[in-house]
Amino acid sequence: MPTTVIFEDAVASVAAEAQNEDLWLAPSELERLGWTLEPEGLCRGPLCVPIPLARRAEFVRADGAANLAALTRHRGQGVVHDAEHGELRDAARRSLAAPDFTLPDLDGRLHSLSELRGRKVLLNSWASW
Amino acid sequence: MDLPVWQALYEELAPRSFTVITVAMDAGGAPDVRQWIEAAKPTHPSLIDTRHVVAELYDWVNVPSNAWIDEEGRIVRPNDPGFAGEYFRGMMDPDFDFKAMMKEYGRMRDRYLDAVRDWVANGPGSRWALTPEQVRARMAGPNPDHARAAAYFRLGTCLHEQGRSEAAQEAFAEAKRLRPESWSFKRQAWHLEEPGKSGGPEFWAEVKALGDRPYYPRWEL
Repeated sequence: MPTTVIFEDAVASVAAEAQNEDLWLAPSELERLGWTLEPEGLCRGPLCVPIPLARRAEFVRADGAANLAALTRHRGQGVVHDAEHGELRDAARRSLAAPDFTLPDLDGRLHSLSELRGRKVLLNSWASW
Repeated sequence: MDLPVWQALYEELAPRSFTVITVAMDAGGAPDVRQWIEAAKPTHPSLIDTRHVVAELYDWVNVPSNAWIDEEGRIVRPNDPGFAGEYFRGMMDPDFDFKAMMKEYGRMRDRYLDAVRDWVANGPGSRWALTPEQVRARMAGPNPDHARAAAYFRLGTCLHEQGRSEAAQEAFAEAKRLRPESWSFKRQAWHLEEPGKSGGPEFWAEVKALGDRPYYPRWEL
């Protein structure tokens, strides 16, 4: 069944196989979230997460499918998977460096915090509710 | 609403390499926030965060929350309530003194804006700029329950966008269970359930249940 995966900044409806706490994606599906399986490990662009040799079976299956949930667990990201509604997503971690984000204004124009490097920034949250 | 205050501060301090970013934590998106933003006519980045991504990244549980970020992208103050205070809490009482509330609001606002000005003028030398150790002490740090709560919350906003309101409320309930101190989770979920509910009897009952505990984190400014 198609599963909506919300992973980092990507949202995609993919064919995935959910088993308990695992979520297996064929290479083509994984790629739609920006990830590929390389000799170095699971990669997103130039960034690769090496797969621990002894635990390879947790991450990659013989048919080439990769376990996205194992990847998020390995990286210390929280994972929830709503089996009934077919959703999974990770939660990012924090550090002392101000985490970057990209969001639209009222006109849909995108702004990133990182564009403002070189300035002091006061970041404020508010809400209509 | 404080948007005009932030816009005025931006206009005042922009020539000194300072900017404000205001972010609306609103799963309802532009329709929910348009009137406030249009009224404030911001020339600073005034953004809309339908999935509360910024709250998740900065570990904020309430609005308003503010962070100060220096020129190199380092957090200098991670989670101030700004000039929001506890003064609103008796608002439903029949003898509530609105004048006193507005006075207290003005006092706290002026104090906070002066602190920002001091930081913009003096950088790390400002008495309001925290050291890395102090910043760390004010940030809870990664916590599996909080990460899962944020994940469930974001799942809820995604389901809401797809028009699956009941499923969305189930995800919000999980988020609230895992992180009961998040007013943002509660109030956003109420608002999506029924506009107005975020400031209705349920909200005031929960505020009352706080007793002596603060609604906003109490840091020394």
